[in-house]
Amino acid sequence: MHKLNTPISDEAIRALKAGDPVLLSGTVVTGRDAAHKFLVENYIKSDSIPAAEADLYETLKGLLDGGVIYHCGPVVSKIGEDQWKFVAAGPTTSIREEVYQADVIEHFNLKGVIGKGGMAGRTLKACQDQPAVYLHAVGGAATLIAQSVVEVANVYKLEFGVPEAMWVIHVEDLPLIVTMDSHGNSIHDTVEAQSKEKLAALLG
Amino acid sequence: MKDYTQNFVELIRRAATDLPVDMEGSLRKARDKEEEGSAAESAFDTLIKNVEMAREKSTPICQDTGTPIFEVTIPVGVSMRELTDYIRQACAIATERAYLRPNAVDPLTGKNSGDNTGEDYPTIHFYEGDDEAIKVELLLKGGGCENVSAQYKLPDSKLGAGRDLDGVRRVVLDSVYQAQGKGCAPGVLGVAIGGDRGSSYVKAKQQLLRPLADKNENAELAELEDRIMDEANQLGIGPMGFGGETTVLGVKVGTQHRLPACYFVSIAYMCWANRRAQMEINLNTQEVSYA
Repeated sequence: MHKLNTPISDEAIRALKAGDPVLLSGTVVTGRDAAHKFLVENYIKSDSIPAAEADLYETLKGLLDGGVIYHCGPVVSKIGEDQWKFVAAGPTTSIREEVYQADVIEHFNLKGVIGKGGMAGRTLKACQDQPAVYLHAVGGAATLIAQSVVEVANVYKLEFGVPEAMWVIHVEDLPLIVTMDSHGNSIHDTVEAQSKEKLAALLG
Repeated sequence: MKDYTQNFVELIRRAATDLPVDMEGSLRKARDKEEEGSAAESAFDTLIKNVEMAREKSTPICQDTGTPIFEVTIPVGVSMRELTDYIRQACAIATERAYLRPNAVDPLTGKNSGDNTGEDYPTIHFYEGDDEAIKVELLLKGGGCENVSAQYKLPDSKLGAGRDLDGVRRVVLDSVYQAQGKGCAPGVLGVAIGGDRGSSYVKAKQQLLRPLADKNENAELAELEDRIMDEANQLGIGPMGFGGETTVLGVKVGTQHRLPACYFVSIAYMCWANRRAQMEINLNTQEVSYA
């Protein structure tokens, strides 16, 4: 079993192969549709960083350099002033971020993307180049995953709504499976190709 | 009428935090079919552990607590408006208690209402029944699997699907292939044949309320359900799309009369967390039971 700690080194990423189970510890930032759109429009594709978003940019650069983004819209409960707890936190479908992900990986030097369902060619290429890996969490295992979240450190863009906000969390031994590695291998591609053949046979 | 808001909160809590017995059993059976040490086996282990933990802690099985779909049968004279109010209040309370994630988003402004109520949200369907009881079935339908649900118009020449049950088989298998692991396989397939585009999806979702062991009364459809289940599992997509022996846990098919010009097949793909729960309020004794 591979153990990964953030910030993650390129060597640690290159050592991972599709199919490997890993346990991840350290800092993770959640981000899904609204967050990815925000990152790309304000920080990556814009000519100049909007003044109102400049501080957040510096903070996120620090958090994401060698870091991990998690496609997740959690159920949270408020336990005090600016204090939160994750109640349920499984992955959401990653493919919706395909248009943004490669840019976000490159711009922020991400080492890992956690989600479910896998991603497509551009992201796989970015994983090879950066290097980075796609880590599959078990979809729907939300209560169990929430147990690995030992602390909710911060939240940004809460105005996007609870599921879409960027939550900064500390995780311990989060169980994941590498399904897209930095060598161009994707379990999703393999399974799709095999099931396509089988479908053709069944349809005669 | 008595205020049943708290009963609806309890119904939501049960649906969100505990999986029906037959669904949990099917996950355990599926786990034992996977190769030892495989990613598929480990995925099933995680799912089962998660279900046990969610029940124990009374927290959501999945963070996507879905669209709450209420199918309500009432006797003559019971106010649908009052019941709708109770249901909407219950959704807000259940959100506050973190049984539900705030899931109702305004499509124009992108603003989340924060309490699972909104325009046409939650979904509520009323039917009039014979008994002096209010019978409620609740389905929490997740968004990931909603996105891989599909509707086909037959004939479909690309899939060689004509307007018959073999055509239905073909498009349903294609939908499972298209979904891969993205709808949180292994899924349950609610299939509707006929209807119009709207009624067909409603019918397909209603099939998801049938217990896994429920055998179709129509022998031809019962056979079709078994065959699709067997063949879908031969696709080898497995839990989460990791590859494996079990890709679907159940197939349920319903039919509706259709227009001569139209032949729709709708597939409501439901993730492994097929969260359905029932409540019955006996109006004579005021006794409330859950299942």
